Parts: sequence; structure tokens; C-alpha cells
Amino acid sequence: MRDFIKTRLWDNNAALVQMLGLCPLLAVSNTVINALGMGIATVTVVVITNFLVSMIRPITRQEIRIPLFVLLIASVVTVIEMVMNAYFHQLYLILGIFIPLIVTNCLIMGRAEAYASKNPLWSSVKDGFFVGLGFALVMIAIGAIRELIGQGTLFSQAHLLFGDWGRHLTLTLIPEYSGFLVAVLPPGAFFALALLVALKNKRDANQKEKARQSHKATTSNPEST
Amino acid sequence: MTTALNTSGSPHIPARFSVTKVMGWVLLALVPAITAHVFYFGVGIVIQILLATAAGYLFEGWCLRWRQQPLKPFLTDLTVPVTAVLFALCLSPIAPWYVAVVGMFFAIVVAKHLYGGLGNNIFNPAMVGFATILVAFPQSMSLWLPPAGLIQLGDNLQSIGWQQTLYVVFAGLPADISVDAVTAATPLTALKTGLQQGFAQSEIVTGAVFGDFGGLGWEWIANWLFLGGLLLLFKRVITWHVPAAVLMTTIAAATPFYLFNADIYMSPQQHVFSGGIMLAAFFIATDPTSGCSSNRGKIIFGAGVAILTVLIRNFGAYPDGVAFAVLLMNLSAPLIDRLTIPQPYGKKGQP
Repeated sequence: MRDFIKTRLWDNNAALVQMLGLCPLLAVSNTVINALGMGIATVTVVVITNFLVSMIRPITRQEIRIPLFVLLIASVVTVIEMVMNAYFHQLYLILGIFIPLIVTNCLIMGRAEAYASKNPLWSSVKDGFFVGLGFALVMIAIGAIRELIGQGTLFSQAHLLFGDWGRHLTLTLIPEYSGFLVAVLPPGAFFALALLVALKNKRDANQKEKARQSHKATTSNPEST
Repeated sequence: MTTALNTSGSPHIPARFSVTKVMGWVLLALVPAITAHVFYFGVGIVIQILLATAAGYLFEGWCLRWRQQPLKPFLTDLTVPVTAVLFALCLSPIAPWYVAVVGMFFAIVVAKHLYGGLGNNIFNPAMVGFATILVAFPQSMSLWLPPAGLIQLGDNLQSIGWQQTLYVVFAGLPADISVDAVTAATPLTALKTGLQQGFAQSEIVTGAVFGDFGGLGWEWIANWLFLGGLLLLFKRVITWHVPAAVLMTTIAAATPFYLFNADIYMSPQQHVFSGGIMLAAFFIATDPTSGCSSNRGKIIFGAGVAILTVLIRNFGAYPDGVAFAVLLMNLSAPLIDRLTIPQPYGKKGQP
């Protein structure tokens, strides 16, 4: 189970390693709250579609599975879109076209095809949750970097997601900040994503190096062990 | 040290000078223009150059250590001061200190070292720095000092000395000086806003910030840049291809617009003597790393910079488009080089 989670959150992270679903990841990650809203929507969709795909697995014919998955995903996204329109209308307006575009998020299609269509119900749901979570966490991290550098705040406009008490959540970390527009504009998303990918690869390389050296140390002088 | 002998395919072009020597000549060639800049806009440019150079060396040293490269050869080859001076020449003399620092961060760390350091950058570092701050700090970039001649004309503008300039750069404008009292629009900005308000070009250029054939002050900086460029040509640091292509294509591209409607399109001489085209022609588009290497390629490269600049100035949202034009052409330089490989001696027919 630990490996199951670690693979999905870190080793094969949908955003940092597989580079799936970059369109919403780059487009709506300009603040933490936008990223959080999009992340929750994506996790919900991928959990439900994995559930449905895994459920109809025994009666799905190989030849028509792709159109079937698309149909299922589109229905779920439509429902989520209507729910967001009803309960988080302001956020819905900000995220705009990117909510219906969850349909085309390769992450969701990828999980349906690669995992849910071959695995039992419960593990498909878990898979959807953790893969979606890995994606959402990266998106929130990018949102935090961009919001902090771009406007010096965190959790601004939290009332869009949490209702009125969310107004008190806004943290102004750099008061009287004149702003750094590049971070809020699209280039900032590419910079932030590239930075996170580089940091992850660097950390993995360091750990691999450390493991190799300790392995060498134990094999070169077997007397010491 | 063991290095694999990775060479690209022929033709191999030998370097005429060492990097340090080339950079030294470029710096020398920029001195007249900087002097003219000081004469017209005050000592702000000197402060910005020192600030950008200091920040540049800091980032360069940091990146070299981080990439485990030797410090001494790279810190003494004068490339950092050249990048800093070219970058500072695009800055407003009273831009806040962090503008220069952030710009140099993007120039040295992002544009130069993330792509592999000296000789491997695909974009011109100074232009990356400038384009970044142009997008990031539109407010600070629009604050320009009025040229010296304008203050003598009265016009309720104030001149500020070097102490005040220093104060403004590091601490912001004091409360008792209003922004409008010490700043004036650049000629290109004045033209753009004037046109948006529906004035004809012939009316706008009678305004105070315009001189005889370009912007007041700007036209003389452009002239001195031209002279510095001639020095580089004479010393054979650069070849004639890029400057000639940039300047002639600017005139060729701007003339049809001007003839079509002189009210809304800038005249060719206005194009050449305002903004950054002269700097780009001799000092930026001639960058051997991010530009083209074949002679035909250089001409196409220069022409592309000029056409894009004229288009951005005439139709774009930004008053000057030199930085974006250079960056876009930097992107296409490898393609142009591929298409213009010089024909080997003795080979018949089309290459």
C-alpha cells in the first residue's frame, strides 16, 4: 500500500513525471484558490470515472472501449460543471472553459485506459484518488509559487471556495508589494513547473547517488558488515 | 580533465579574437553613446550600469559555482559588463533598483546559465532581461526622464542631480516630488498615446520630446551608437551584414506604411533614430552566439529583426518592439543557419 501511494504521488507523478494534463495545470494555477478548485474538480472526476470504468469492465468490448470511456468522462464532467456552476458560481466563472476541458485531460483518459479498465473496483477508486491528488498537489504548489511571487499573497479570494469566512484566510506575506506580473501571466506557469520538475529530478538523482554509494560501501568491504 | 571531442559538421569558422578582446571593443564602442546618455538624461544611466554589473557578477559567480565551472576565466572575460551595459541602456535612468536586479537575474541565470553558459545561450541575455522587466514592471518602465534640452525650455519640468537620482533609484520618489514633475514620455510612447487619442503624426512630432529627426536626445544617442558601431566594423569585430540589413530593412519596411498614411504611421527616419533600433543593429543583433553565423543568414536575421520591429511599433500594444523582435529572430536563427549553409568551394549546382 505504501508503494502504491508513493508511486502515484511521487515516482510517477502525473504532472511532474508523466507530464499529463498540462493544459489546465498551466492555465489556472495563477492563485492557490484557483488551483485548489481545479484540483478538487479533477480529483472528483478521476475518482468517479475510474469507478464507473472499472465497474463496466466485464461487459466492455475491447473494440469500443475508447468511445465508451469518452462518453463516461464527458457525462461526469458535465455533472461536475453543473455542480460548480450551482454552488461555486464565482469560481466557476474564473475557471471558465477549463472545467469542461477536464474531458480532454489526458490524465483521466490515461487512468481509465491504463488502470481502471484492467483492475477491480476498489483499487481503481484508490488509484484515481491518489493519481488525482498527486496532480492537484503539484497544481497547488505552482499556484502558491505564482501567487506569492506575483502578488505577495496566499489564499487570496478564498471566499470563492469556502464562503464568507474564507475572506479571513488571505495571507499577505509581502505587504505593499508592487507585484511581479510575469509570475501571474502564462510564462510564470512554465517557469514554476520547470522549476518543480528540476528540483524533483535533482532530489531523485541525489538519493540514487546516495543509495549507490552506501551500496558500494557495503559491498566493497564485506568484513565490516 | 577529459573532454570528448564533440565537433559539429563543417564548415568550421575560426575565431578572430578572444572573447575578452571582442567584449572590450564592444564596451569601448558604447562609451560615446553612454556619454551622450549622461548628457541628455543625467547620471541615472551610470547608476543603472553599475547596479546591473554588480548584480550580473553576483549571479554569474553564483551560477558558475553552482555549475562547478572555473570562476576566473569566466569572470574576467568582460561578457557580464557588456550584457549589463546593453541591458542598462534600455532601462529608464530612474528605474527602481530591483528592476535592474531582476532583469539581470533573468539575463544571467535564466537566459545564459540555464542554457549552458557562455556560447550556448539561444537568446540574447540582455534582451531576455529587458523583455522580462518590460512585461513584469510596466509602471517602472514607463517612467523616463525628460532630455536635457527640454528642461532648459522651462515647461515646469525639473532636472534632478545625481544625489536625487540615487535616492529615487534606491528609495523611490520622495513625497514632495510628483512623478509628473520629473518624468516625461519617451518619444515612441508619446507617439503611441498621441495616436490613440486621435492626433495626426505631424501634430505629435511638434511636441516637446521630439527633435529634428527623431526623439530629442535620442537621435544623438543613436548617432553616437552608429559611430561606435562603425568602430566595431572598422576593427572587424562585427561584419557589415547585420547592421546594414537592419537599418536598410527598417527604412524599406517603414516607407510603404508612411507613404500609405503619414498620419498614423511613423516616418522611416523616426523609426531609425528613436527607440532601440540603432542599438540592436550594431550591438544586439550582431551577437555571435544567438544570431546567425553565415553571411546570408546574418542578412536574413537582420532583415527579420527590422520587419518585426516595424510591425510591432505600427500595430502592437508596446511602443517599441526591438526586444521582442530580436528574441523571435533568435528562435529562428538555427533554422536560418540550416537553410543558408555556405556552399563548399568547388561544389557545383545548388547547395
